[in-house]
This record gives sequence, C-alpha cells and structure tokens, in this order.
Amino acid sequence: MAEHIVSSYDNDLQGLRQRISEMGGIAEKMLVDSIVALVRHDRALAQVVVASDKRLDVLQREVEENAILTIARRQPLAVDLRETISAIRISGDVERIGDMAKNIGKRALAIGDDFQPQKIVVGLQHMGDLVLGQLKDVLDAYAQKDTAKALDVWKRDGAIDALYTSLFRELLTYMMEDPRNISFCTHLLFCAKNIERIGDHTTNIAETVHYLVTGETLAIDRPKNDRSIDATVAPGA
Amino acid sequence: MSTIALNTSSAIGNAAAADTRAPVRIAVKNLNFYYGDFRSLKDVSIDFYDRQVTALIGPSGCGKSTLLRTFNRIYSLYPEQRADGQILLDGQNVLSPNVDVNELRARVGMVFQKPTPFPMSIYDNIAFGIKLYERLPKSELDGRVEEALRKAALWDEAKDKLRQSGMGLSGGQQQRLCIARTIAQRPEVILLDEPTSALDPISTGKIEELIEQLRSEFTIVIVTHNMQQAARISQFTAFMYLGELIEFGPTTKMFMNPTKKQTQDYITGRFG
Amino acid sequence: MDTVIDNHAPTAAPAPWGRVRRSRYLADRVLKIACTLFTLLGAFVLGWILLMLLYEGIGGLSPAVFTETTPGPGTQGGGIANAIVGSLVLTTLGIVVATPIGVLAGTYLAEYGKGSVLATVIRFVNDILLAAPSILIGLFVYILMVQPMGGYSGWAGGVALAIIAIPVIVRSTEDMLRLVPGSLREAGAALGAPMSKVIVKISWKAARAGMVTGVILATARIAGETAPLLFTALNNTFWFSPTLMGGVSNLPVTIYQFALAPYENWRELAWAGALIITMSILALSVVARLILRKDRVR
Repeated sequence: MAEHIVSSYDNDLQGLRQRISEMGGIAEKMLVDSIVALVRHDRALAQVVVASDKRLDVLQREVEENAILTIARRQPLAVDLRETISAIRISGDVERIGDMAKNIGKRALAIGDDFQPQKIVVGLQHMGDLVLGQLKDVLDAYAQKDTAKALDVWKRDGAIDALYTSLFRELLTYMMEDPRNISFCTHLLFCAKNIERIGDHTTNIAETVHYLVTGETLAIDRPKNDRSIDATVAPGA
Repeated sequence: MSTIALNTSSAIGNAAAADTRAPVRIAVKNLNFYYGDFRSLKDVSIDFYDRQVTALIGPSGCGKSTLLRTFNRIYSLYPEQRADGQILLDGQNVLSPNVDVNELRARVGMVFQKPTPFPMSIYDNIAFGIKLYERLPKSELDGRVEEALRKAALWDEAKDKLRQSGMGLSGGQQQRLCIARTIAQRPEVILLDEPTSALDPISTGKIEELIEQLRSEFTIVIVTHNMQQAARISQFTAFMYLGELIEFGPTTKMFMNPTKKQTQDYITGRFG
Repeated sequence: MDTVIDNHAPTAAPAPWGRVRRSRYLADRVLKIACTLFTLLGAFVLGWILLMLLYEGIGGLSPAVFTETTPGPGTQGGGIANAIVGSLVLTTLGIVVATPIGVLAGTYLAEYGKGSVLATVIRFVNDILLAAPSILIGLFVYILMVQPMGGYSGWAGGVALAIIAIPVIVRSTEDMLRLVPGSLREAGAALGAPMSKVIVKISWKAARAGMVTGVILATARIAGETAPLLFTALNNTFWFSPTLMGGVSNLPVTIYQFALAPYENWRELAWAGALIITMSILALSVVARLILRKDRVR
C-alpha cells in the first residue's frame, strides 16, 4: 500500500502494528510457558507467566489510547479506519489471551505436585499445541494481511472444541471415580477451558483480520464442536 | 469481546442510509466537457437519486465542480466552455438547445463556495429570485420570503432586519441567505459547490444540519473537499479523478470499503 | 554585533542577531526621507496655489460678483453672474449628454464585450480620447457644429464638454463594473435571471457608488475646461440667449480673458472666478470621496 501524504500518519499506524506484534509475542510465550509450568510442575516458570501479564496490560492500554488519538487526530477512513479499529479489537483479544494464560499459571501453582493422570496431561498439552499453532498463524495472518490464513485458523477451531469436549468427559470420569481427584481435576478442567477460550479468541482475531483486509464481516457462523454442554456422565456408567 | 459495531451496511453518523430504490432524478450519460480545447470531463455517466444527497469528491481539477456546473448550464456564461452528451432531468436533456436556460436554472438552484449576497436588503435578496418567475401580491411574497428564511434556519436571526443589507450578515448567515434565496424559487434540485469551505466549524455545522433537513424535499448534489463532511451528510458519493468518474456508490460503502484502489488512496490521504 | 547579548550561546551556532547589514538600514531610511520630502513638496505647491487663490480671490468676492454681469472695458464694478450660470448650464448639458453614453459604453465593455475585438478597439480609442488635448476636441466640434450652424452656441459647448467627459465615465464605469466579483453575476444567473436583469439589478447596484463617483469626477473635470469652449461656446459679456445660440458666457473663458486684461476690476473678478471654480471642483471631489467611503463602510 502506498504511503500517506502525511508520513506521521504512517508512523501512527506502524506504532499500532508494532505494539500488537509485541503483544502477540508475549502472549505466545505466556501460553507456552503456562502449559510447560502446568505439565512439569515448574513453580518458578508459573510465576514468570503470572508476572508477564502486566506488560501485556500496559501495551493493550497503549494501543487503545493511540488508536483513539489516531481517530481524533486523523479521522481515518476506509482501510485506515479498519486498521485502527482492528488494532483496538485485536489488542483486546490478545490481552484476554494473556489473562487466560496467567490463569493457567496460577492454577499450575495451586495444583502443585498433585497427581496428574498422564492421559489428561497429554490431552492438555496437545490442545495447547493446537491453540499455540492457531495463535501463531493468526498473528502471522495479521502481520501479512493474509485473509486465507486467517480463514484457515477460523475453520480449524472446531478441532480444539472437539478435543476440549473429550477432555471434559475424561475429567468428569476421573472425578466420579474418586472424590479426592475433584480438586485438581477442577483445576485442570479450568485450564482446559482456558485453552479452549484462547482458541476462541484466535478465531475472533481471525475474523478481525478478515474484516481488516476485505472490509466484510464473516457472515456465516463459525463451526462449533464444543459438545461439553451435552456431555453427561451417568453415575456408574 | 469488543462491542464496537463494525457492520458497514449500517449508517455512519446521523445521515440516513442510501436509498438505492429512489427514482433517478438526474441521469448523466456520456458527458464530455471542454474548456476550449481541453477536455475536462471524459465520458461521465452517473445517476443522481431523488431526494438523496450525493457528494462529489476528488482532488482539485478532477472535474467535480465542472460536472456540477453542467446541471444548470451555468458554464454557458463563458463562450469558450461547452458540453456534449446527455443530462436528463426527469427525462429531458437539459443540454438541448430547446431548453430555456433561465427556466432550467429556476428548477436547478445553485449555491457557491463564497457566499454571494446581492447588494440589496435581505428581503430583496430572496424576493429577487421569486419575482423573476412569479408575480405575487405583497402579502404572498412576504410569506414566501419568510418560508424560505425559515427553511434555511435564518428566520430567527434575520426577521428583525429584513430591510438591512444582506452584506451585513456574517459569513455563515450569508451562506444560509444564499440557500434561502435558492430554495425560495422552489427548485427541484440544489447544487452546492463547496458551500462550507469558507466557513467556521459552527457555521459549517448549521449548513450541514440544513442540508440534512432539505433532503426530504430536494435532490441535492454537493461538491466538497472535506471527506468527513461527505461521509456525514451524503447518502451517495462519487469519486472523480482527472475528469473521469472512478467510483460511485453508497457513501458508507465508499468510505468504509471502496472498490477501486484510486478511491481508497484518495480518501485515506495516500494520493501521490 | 554586540557580544554582550548572550554569553551562553554555543559559539558554533549562527549569530541570531545582527545579520542585517547596517547599510540596509541606511538605504531604508534614505528612501523614506526622500519619499516624505517630495510628498511634502507636492503638497506645498498645491497649498501655495490654494492659499494664493484664497488671498487674491477673497478680496474680489462680493455680492455683486454673483448678481451683476461681466463689466465692459473701462467700466467700474460688475460681476460674473452670467459666467457662473453659463458654466452651470454648459457643464450640466455636457454631463447629461455624456452620462448615458459613458455608462452604457462602459457597461458594454465590462459586461457584454469581454474579450471581443470590438471591445478591445473601443477601449483603445477611449484611452486615446482620454489623453487627447482638449483644444483638439474644441476644434473638432467647431467643424462639426459651429460651422454648419453658422455660429457659436452653448449646444456646441455642451457637446464639446460631453466628448471630454465620455471617456472618463466609460473608463470609470468599466473599472467599477470589473470590480464586481464574477461570482455575484454567476449567482444571479444561477437563479435564472437574464443578463439584462443581472446587469441592472446586481452589477450596477454593486458598482453604484463607484459609477456615481466617476460621473462626479467627470463633472469636476469639465467644469474647469477652457480650451474646448474657446471654439464652441466662446464667451459673452451679457446674459446669453435662452436658446443657447450665440456665445454663452462661462467661467473658464472669462477668467482667461479677464486675467490678462489691463483693468484692475477685471483681474479681481478673474481671481474670484478662479476661486469659485476651484472650490466647486474641490467640493465635488469631496462629495465623490464621501460617497465611496460610505459605500465601503456598508
């Protein structure tokens, strides 16, 4: 895209993009670290994750303020307006992703060295890898203004939902087997839910990227595979 | 989750959404315009819809004012200027030599960039245009003058000084006087050539509010350099460049997601 | 440059003050003084003329000046009543003839003839006429009217004065109409007003003050003309004929003849006449200025 006649306008928009990519980097690292901390019982790493969230919040506020200033100063139109609004939306999503990762970190601290069934841990790790891939791809899609990539992320979210549903069932089963499992299973359930929510936020970002590039909103509903609402486990089943 | 609505089909600001089913009031077909040998409009074809505000935007010299000046043939004051093609006003070609230009101009009113009050009283400024085509008794003329001033939102400021010179009004008031003068003739179409570019923001706001209200009665075409103004007050926007119509469409679409790269570059300030 | 100004300024920075060379201030001052000096000189000469007129003329002013006719050679007293009235009649005649022609021609040049060859030619001829020696115009009217009519007449005088006034009025009318912004004409036309309405109701109205001023200045100009009258209205020491046939007494020619005469009372009357004519022209100019100023304030 050609440059603006007013070069400081380009700098403004560039500043928004840079902050968002920094936010993306932090969020990615938080997600990776939180799962590692959970799986390996690494308290120190969990604390690092919890602490990282501050920087993310600061950046998100900066993006918001600068975007509002850009609107007030330059009255952006068309692609510039979409870019500015998208920055506000995406920074919000990434900030939420950070919150989720932080929450996982906190739960990692809370669970401590409690027994964790291998099957669940593997499931969580797998979900985490999938979501991390989503997050990386969607941030790339944003940086490259690549709708095809964004749409791909958007469609893939179904798989994460499906994985979550199965984990949900698994955890319910453990809890029913032995009430002593309930405490850490609940924590793990929330962790799974957090990862699933992070996936949802990546699809939000994907939608925003699509809007940013094409000016159109995605009209159709996203494929949902979260069946945990229907999942019941009959006692003794 | 963000709550900012991003639906481009909804209206921007308080301007109503474009009514694409409104009947066509002015149909321009293959219009060419020449200043001497210079061709300043190239095969322009565009429709203007009834009781909608259409904004013409584009860089200086793109032909938007020229296009506006063909609708009432005001260009014919200058012998070296000519137009060919068709401009159908309710189906009749206004460029045809059979059309009486003065009658045409009473049907298609025009307001200029710089306020142009005539050197006479406020009352006479408005009565001037009415008296050209109608012979009215004094009482009826008074009524028409008041009606025009009210519609132009100038009555309250001017009612006590109708006999004073129109030149004594402020710039914004003068421009509203010119609009009052135009609507007093009860035209069908109003052409506005950068009507607020010489005014302060408050006067500009009043004129924009006025345009919004006049839309229910008149078909309005406005040339403006102020993109935000076009976005605020128009239902349709046409972007012109180098004498050609580049893109025409509902204003919301034009300003949120234009189809042509040139349009996008212009409205986002990327023109090199 | 004064080094005291700023001790803290970094030495590498260009000196903020003192970059204008002294000689420029000097040149500035010299020009200013020269201009003021020559303005004062001009004003002084004008003032001198006025003062001398007042000094010499006021002595000659008496009620008789305005009531009695010009005295014959060798007679005492007398006035210039016939010359004053004659000048009024001739000037009025001239301006009445010149105004419609001048205004309409000026309107043609400014409104209709823009850029046409005819207008260019007329403008050129008009400028020549504006600068033509007035004695030539007197001779022209002598051949045109005095010879065919078999004698001097006030009519011929009026026409000669009109010919002098016309180019002045044409020029001022055209200039004033050109000052009317084109946007005003466009605005009139945009309401569907035909050109005649635009000119009469808008252009003329907008330029009114300037056009009236032009006519007044033309009046002042012809009120003091002597040369064209020498061959046309000549002069008369008696009350002139109501038909304006034969010589018509007038101030300029009377002053011309009396000033050079050997009689004391004639010379006094010439000074009085000169004072009256100068004051009238001054008054007309002041009126013209007042009209313009009032228009600008509005």
